[in-house]
Amino acid sequence: MSPAIAVSGLRHRYGDRMALDGINLRIEKGEVYGMLGPNGGGKTTLFRVLTTLLEPTDGTVRILGRDPLRDSAGIRARIGVVFQHASLDLKLTAFENLRHQGHLYGLRGRSLQERIESALRTVRLADRRDDRTEDLSGGLRRRVDLARGLLHRPELLLFDEPSSGLDPLARRAMWDDLRRLRGERGVTVLLTTHFIEEAERCDRVGILDRGRLVAEGAPEALKRSMNKDVVVIEADHTEALKADIEAQLNASTVLVDGTVRIECDDGQAMMASLYAGFRERISAIRLGRPTLEDVFIRETGRPFATGEGGNAG
Amino acid sequence: MPDDVRRGEGFFLPAATLWRRELVRFVRDRHRLLGAILQPFVFWLLLGIGMSASFSPAGMAGTMSYLEYIYPGALLMVLLFTAIFSTISVVEDRREGFMQAVLVAPVSPSGVVIGKVLGGTTLAVLEGVVFLLFVFQLDIPVSPVSLVATVAFLFLVGLALTGLGFAIAWRMASTAGFHAIMNLFLLPMWALSGALFPLSGVPEWLAWVMRINPLTYGVAGVRHMLYLHAPELTGQVPSPETCLLVTCLFVLLTLSVSLGVIKRREGAR
Repeated sequence: MSPAIAVSGLRHRYGDRMALDGINLRIEKGEVYGMLGPNGGGKTTLFRVLTTLLEPTDGTVRILGRDPLRDSAGIRARIGVVFQHASLDLKLTAFENLRHQGHLYGLRGRSLQERIESALRTVRLADRRDDRTEDLSGGLRRRVDLARGLLHRPELLLFDEPSSGLDPLARRAMWDDLRRLRGERGVTVLLTTHFIEEAERCDRVGILDRGRLVAEGAPEALKRSMNKDVVVIEADHTEALKADIEAQLNASTVLVDGTVRIECDDGQAMMASLYAGFRERISAIRLGRPTLEDVFIRETGRPFATGEGGNAG
Repeated sequence: MPDDVRRGEGFFLPAATLWRRELVRFVRDRHRLLGAILQPFVFWLLLGIGMSASFSPAGMAGTMSYLEYIYPGALLMVLLFTAIFSTISVVEDRREGFMQAVLVAPVSPSGVVIGKVLGGTTLAVLEGVVFLLFVFQLDIPVSPVSLVATVAFLFLVGLALTGLGFAIAWRMASTAGFHAIMNLFLLPMWALSGALFPLSGVPEWLAWVMRINPLTYGVAGVRHMLYLHAPELTGQVPSPETCLLVTCLFVLLTLSVSLGVIKRREGAR
């Protein structure tokens, strides 16, 4: 069985900038794969290549065994794409948007009608079918958009930033939809994200930074590979504290989101010596297992820049 | 993949659904409904009545009032404005992401162009037909044949103008840029089409600009169709055959350019 996505030696250049610099990627059918990376890391470029919208500078790409340069129509009929910004006509109702989508894929009549009802049920929005999409909240719009991407029952769903712009509740609802989808129809999902927590929910994660895939694997395996403890310190003057800890304890530290983060073999011992030496300068201290963020820090030497804003990359 | 999903690239159904969407959006947007008619109407009345009182331009057929002279031009202005409004939607579709979903669907690029352009043209012609009702106010004794011929010609010019708008709008990142193009290019093109003054009285260099302007043949063509009963009233304009030929070429050109810009995929080896 051919993989859902097979990419080798993929490069893409915008002028002088290498947006993708030698990507090798293989995603099996039925997987939920998360492409994690900061904004500007190359996710959007990769997404555009995989959705046949962008012809890469170099490398081979096979989507469901097909070459986008030769058979983009064949690929397009078999993939579902949901973009970061909902591809809906806000003046149309949810139903009308889906009917429009169906027509684009050659669906019509009773069969289309049934698909629309079923797609709306999948995202639990059957009761909103006649609402104009401009009247729906961002979270509901996103789910109508997911229904749109699924209408033609694609084998592979490409999903750009599933929870971008969603509140935590809407995020959970979106993930419930994705899980059900994979369970019921065995759809392969590739999603891009810049949320660590979202990446941890995937079967496998690839970390994309500066156009390179710097790490790849199941979230648990990636975290185990750290083989270390992480101590996180909250303090008022983190910069100074970081410098002093480095000087006195000879530990490797990183500043992340206003905390000092120390990676070490024995977290208990580290906490004891930190407490002995810096007690009055520490407002809180916590021992944790490594997260994907720590994996990112190890591979790139930089903290993972989080937060919304900006859709470049 | 289920059996009823199309395997190759679609044309008719996608084009039809894009066409239908243009109409639905138009009906749901009351401002557009009025704007495209009202502005040319006000323009026509003010300019027509005001100028009639003061000037009788050279080369214009004897007894015709200025209000009547600029009527065909005002008709084309209705087309131009509607075409512009509908092509602004191309910029919005691209910016808001709606078009992305169309572009990743198995749809032939020509289906997208035809659907969008035909949608805009349909609206333009419908608005033109409403404006055509004023022909009775002007006491131009048009026959039914003449009216049908006029609408047919308006359709051709509408295709060309909407196609032109599509080709310009496709690459645009914002509607602000489109307004600049409209003021610097589309409106002068309209003004120099024989809509406001005939070609015969102007300096030679300007006459050449007007001869090169494809819209000149659109205005002249509409003039011919309106005055089928009295061809001498059209004044010195290109022949009906020339008007038809040039306008058809104009349509072909703008549609081909539109197809070219949409086909050009990003990136290349």
